Amino acid sequence: MMQNNALQFKRQVTIKLADVKLQGALSRLQSRFVEGRSAVISEIADLPQTRDAAAGIRNRVLNDLEHWLLHFEREATARGTVVHWAETGEDVNRIVTEIAAQHGVKTAAKSKSMVSEECGLNDALERAGVTVMETDLGEYILQLAKEAPSHIVAPVVHKNKEEVADLFAEKHGLPRKTGIAELCREAREILRPAFLNADMGISGANFLIAETGSALIVTNEGNGRLVTTLPRVHVAITGIEKVVPTLEDVSTLLRLLPRSATGQSITNYVSMLTGKKSVTDPDGPEHFHIILLDNGRSSLLGGEMQDMLRCIRCGACMNHCPVYQNIGGHAYGWVYPGPMGSILTPLLSGLENSPDLPNASTLCGACAVVCPVKIPLPDLLRKLREKQMERGMKSRQETLLLKTWAWFALHPKLYAFATKVGVKFMAILGGKEKLLHNLPGASGWTNGRDFPAPTGKTFRELYRKEHNK
Amino acid sequence: MRVGFFVTCLVDAMRPRIGFAAIKLLEAAGCEVAVPEQQTCCGQPGYNSGDRKSATALALKFLAEFESFDYVVVPSGSCAGMTVKHYPDLFKDDAALLARFTALGARTFELTDFLHNVAQLKSVPGKFHGTLTYHDSCSGLRELDVYQQPRALLATMPDVTIKEMVESTTCCGFGGTFSVKYGELSTRMADNKCTHIADTNCDTIVGGDLGCLLNIEGRLRRNGDHSTRVLHIAEVLADTGE
Ligand code: SF4
Repeated sequence: MMQNNALQFKRQVTIKLADVKLQGALSRLQSRFVEGRSAVISEIADLPQTRDAAAGIRNRVLNDLEHWLLHFEREATARGTVVHWAETGEDVNRIVTEIAAQHGVKTAAKSKSMVSEECGLNDALERAGVTVMETDLGEYILQLAKEAPSHIVAPVVHKNKEEVADLFAEKHGLPRKTGIAELCREAREILRPAFLNADMGISGANFLIAETGSALIVTNEGNGRLVTTLPRVHVAITGIEKVVPTLEDVSTLLRLLPRSATGQSITNYVSMLTGKKSVTDPDGPEHFHIILLDNGRSSLLGGEMQDMLRCIRCGACMNHCPVYQNIGGHAYGWVYPGPMGSILTPLLSGLENSPDLPNASTLCGACAVVCPVKIPLPDLLRKLREKQMERGMKSRQETLLLKTWAWFALHPKLYAFATKVGVKFMAILGGKEKLLHNLPGASGWTNGRDFPAPTGKTFRELYRKEHNK
Repeated sequence: MRVGFFVTCLVDAMRPRIGFAAIKLLEAAGCEVAVPEQQTCCGQPGYNSGDRKSATALALKFLAEFESFDYVVVPSGSCAGMTVKHYPDLFKDDAALLARFTALGARTFELTDFLHNVAQLKSVPGKFHGTLTYHDSCSGLRELDVYQQPRALLATMPDVTIKEMVESTTCCGFGGTFSVKYGELSTRMADNKCTHIADTNCDTIVGGDLGCLLNIEGRLRRNGDHSTRVLHIAEVLADTGE
């Protein structure tokens, strides 16, 4: 399983805020994704109803997940697909390695799959002697740079064109290109033989359709098609929560997914993969395997965090998150960044390993407004904070502060006295400037901001004076 | 109309004049305003930090103090949001209390929302002259749909011009305890807000939540800007310059 580095969150924030190149790259999020989404989302005339319907479809599945998964397995199996169940990321790695061994696979061409990142699949395959070639342009760049994705839809959003040009020149040993079109062409020329030679294609799946046993993949580069059809063996890996009952349901979700994700009315490619090659259906791979990963998802069913499983991985929540916009995805330490990651990482990879993630949010709510399946992300972040409190995972200082504040607030006389003394004292400290440059215990505030001093008397004092005269 | 006025802990301690300005506006709208003396804090700091227990205790205290009024008005979208949206969540397993909190929530309003939509105030006492820009605080905006209300009230003032900043609805980075716990991030977010304010060339930035205003003002001053005025909407609407 991919290592969770979320314990480093605070240190990473400092680094990312100071990273000029990253900041420049992140500023494109706004124009590409935020403005992109707002330009096309209004094409859905009945947006509120469509979001309700989408959330409803996802809830219907999650309320009876076992049923829909078995339905999917039955339909897929009937069409010659082999369905595998994986409890952990290690299980996925083992299953893929076994399939590779069984078919004498030497090289695999891979299209983007966040679930495979969860498992750390590439490393496992390389250890088993299989060469893996990422064929999504972004993922290919990351593979060359030996970096992790920083966004679930645009994995390389943290890099600018210049960095990619340098990287290609160094790794490809060709003259340095500068235009985006030239860079893409160069990558395509290197990647094409990989498709043709690959023995195995590995992909993710955006949705699994129960009634037809199909895997549905939404992409913008043709690589997804090539990976899933050219090699002899195709393995699709996805989470168990991705199943939806019918084609009709998928079409509702597809109205929302690309618009929310990349600001496109529809992506360049929507591929529906149903079964393996057969006499009646000469297209497709000779062997088609679908691996369904649990990795902690089923433990969320029926609980107060189940809503998170509705997620269709559009990335809108991170695109609109003012925290993500300022630090990018790597600071979050695991596969999934932004608001959805701040919930999924603690849930799938341990709250104790990610103590900052639920807290590093102002709960501003920008994410919940854009989430196409209406996940109440701020509420879920708050629930994780409650879990931290219940389990004694908050710092003693914070707990003490909260309890003291609440105690005073419940004792109005003492509260009135304490605030009266407090504001008088602070007003004196504020001096002529009426600003506090330092506040003991609140350096987090005063390192970057002054604290406007209070006027010296509480409202309560003044009001009482006015009304008792 | 008997209105119970919830001052909020921040206004009580930091800028009492916002409280007096709000009362003046409510009275101008024909309300009979009472300020329950025992009131303190709505419990949001605890609630948002995962401390449901203290939030629950403070919610019950709030209910006892404010249930008897026709309306409850709060000069903060975030504290009003706590009452309207989150108190019911705290009592979702207690049908009797849930009903009382839901009823209370339906009568509780953020100040500008109340003045514009409930009291339908058509003219305000304030005499502000000049151009200002407005920051939309998150809870008021996204939990209570407060966007048009402050602008509509400002539009009744003949000498006020509103010049919108870009991203007026993006969080300023305050977030309560977030502003101290993740100070660097919070400061960066405040900085972005300050840039957008500066780009408007307005000499006044106005908002409806004192927490955000302290955050923005703190960053402006640290950046050496000592002239831009940072005002609560109640101050602008009520200040006659006397
Ligand atoms: S949580 Fe919602 S907005 Fe975020 S990725 Fe998932 S579906 Fe998209």
